[in-house]
Amino acid sequence: MGKATLWGVAAWLAATIVPTLLLSDYHLFQLTMVIVYAIAILGLAILTGFNGQISLGHGAFYAIGAYTTAILMYQYNVPYWATLPVSAIVCAIIGFLIGLPALRLGGLYLALTTFALAVAVPQLLKHNALEPWTGGVQGLVIDKPDPPFGLAMSPDQWLYIFALAAGAVLFLLAWNIVRGRIGRAMMAIRDHSLAAEAMGINIALLKTRTFALSALYTGIAGSLGAIVVQFVAPDSFGIFVSIYFFVGLVVGGVASIGGAIIGGAFIEFVPNIAEKVSKAAPGAVYGVILIAVMFLMPGGVAGFIGSMFARFRRGTKSAELRPIAVGGSGANDVPAGVPGGAEPDAGGHRSM
Amino acid sequence: MEGVLHQVLSGIASGGIYASVALALVMIYQATHHVNFAQGEMATLSTYIALTLINAGLPYWIAFLVTVVVSFILGILIERILMRPMMDAPVLASVGVFIGLLLIINSSTGWMFDYMIKTFPTPFPGGPLLFSGYLSGHELGAFVVTLVVLTAVYLFFRHTKLGLAMRAAAFNPVSSRLVGVRVGWMLALGWGLAAAIGAVGGMMVAPIVYLDPNMMAGILLYAFAGALLGGIDNPLGAVLGGFAVGIIENLAGAYLVGTELKLTVALIIIVAVLVVKPSGLFGRTVLSRV
Repeated sequence: MGKATLWGVAAWLAATIVPTLLLSDYHLFQLTMVIVYAIAILGLAILTGFNGQISLGHGAFYAIGAYTTAILMYQYNVPYWATLPVSAIVCAIIGFLIGLPALRLGGLYLALTTFALAVAVPQLLKHNALEPWTGGVQGLVIDKPDPPFGLAMSPDQWLYIFALAAGAVLFLLAWNIVRGRIGRAMMAIRDHSLAAEAMGINIALLKTRTFALSALYTGIAGSLGAIVVQFVAPDSFGIFVSIYFFVGLVVGGVASIGGAIIGGAFIEFVPNIAEKVSKAAPGAVYGVILIAVMFLMPGGVAGFIGSMFARFRRGTKSAELRPIAVGGSGANDVPAGVPGGAEPDAGGHRSM
Repeated sequence: MEGVLHQVLSGIASGGIYASVALALVMIYQATHHVNFAQGEMATLSTYIALTLINAGLPYWIAFLVTVVVSFILGILIERILMRPMMDAPVLASVGVFIGLLLIINSSTGWMFDYMIKTFPTPFPGGPLLFSGYLSGHELGAFVVTLVVLTAVYLFFRHTKLGLAMRAAAFNPVSSRLVGVRVGWMLALGWGLAAAIGAVGGMMVAPIVYLDPNMMAGILLYAFAGALLGGIDNPLGAVLGGFAVGIIENLAGAYLVGTELKLTVALIIIVAVLVVKPSGLFGRTVLSRV
């Protein structure tokens, strides 16, 4: 067990224990939603940040995941934890199918298609033919699961621990994927698809699989979201869910694993603060911040922190190379921190 | 049979509105290779401006003209302030700015005019009275208006020097600059025109679908479908595509899938076009050189 692994486990234990003991149920619920959104945004980051495909419709996969869980729990009494793998498989398959045309499309066309998908989803969910399963416009109400093994804690505390564990597994997996062979191939396609193809990468297959993986992540987030909120209805999965994920992605930093957590916190907490001004304010705040990030720090918050680190280290002329921890998820090792440091590219593609 | 005729006619009427929004999209796409995801919200804002003017007591057609002019200026301002620095930015950055614009306009219309669904007046005589009841007065009027706009745009681009300069700037910016065309201003004008055309589309569709801040989400989707069907780099194709989508949407809504899935029809058209013929019916196939 390396030192980094030990630190990671310690951080995870601390993140599990401290808030559970200190925070009220409502604040724990909010933190749980941060994790849920972070997982959804992580799916988007794998697709957009590491593979260069833009999706404006990941709310659709969030909806599919949420409905899969809700239908299984409500109609078939499946235990909540068992619905997650089902959602993952369902979303990966649908993502693969939708990704199939995507491999023919350049960035904009995919953005357009997924945008269309997101606009159409509420209508599909409301449709009469699906009503026996989806509950139509009314949606479905599901029960909050009790803690297992008779543990003496509230359902909110248990759900927080559960979501955090699921999130930790998914983040670790994503981190391993993007720094491994597949991740390098994804990034090669993003940076120069022609060269990637010449190196023997099957572009079509990998792009579609990346889309499926990304849908899987967002689908699991949808499942967790449904369990935590205890309710699904067509109108809670409109185009704005997709747009908010996109905002969270860009604000956190597109090609950054840790940035997804920042993005998740952003879309959970900023509306709460902005809504005190007016009902319309969250949208406006999102819009302004989105444009400001595009102009001022295209790498998002994670990219900004990363470049600050790089500058600081250059300034101190430290000969020693230390691992950099980003945003609490452990290090993200896309090599921006080579000694003497190539400065992270301001074009918004390089992570950290 | 009569039912089919009725659906086709009202499909053509709504198709005209999709065609004008599709044309607005294509104009910006041609010049900058950006797809304006905020086009719908811009049109909604224009429609609210028109409603405010009408409620303030202005006659309909005066309000109509003022709205078109104001939208034109707003379009130019957006290009100058937001889009100019994004000219050569990666796709993600431009999509981000458009989505940001969409969010800002959407929530500021909600803020200024509240989220209540409002009726919007029509200048045309009401009731089904033409073609033995096949088409309402407003549908026919909207059709005529969009036809007038589309013809005017066509004549402008075909037969005026400014139109030629704008086409040149979109087609080959470098050469145009060398022969003295002010490419930057041509792009701004294009944005202005697109905003003005979108405004007409918004004012024509509002009496049918009613006015609220999210009015144009569906319309934009049909316009996307129309633009892709006709070829996203071909203005005439986009117009024809818009009409075709209007007809397909109405027929499918009436006979195939029911009105609840009309938006899905647009999605299916988009996916089908991209899978079968990504350049659209009239578009150029883009070859990239290795």
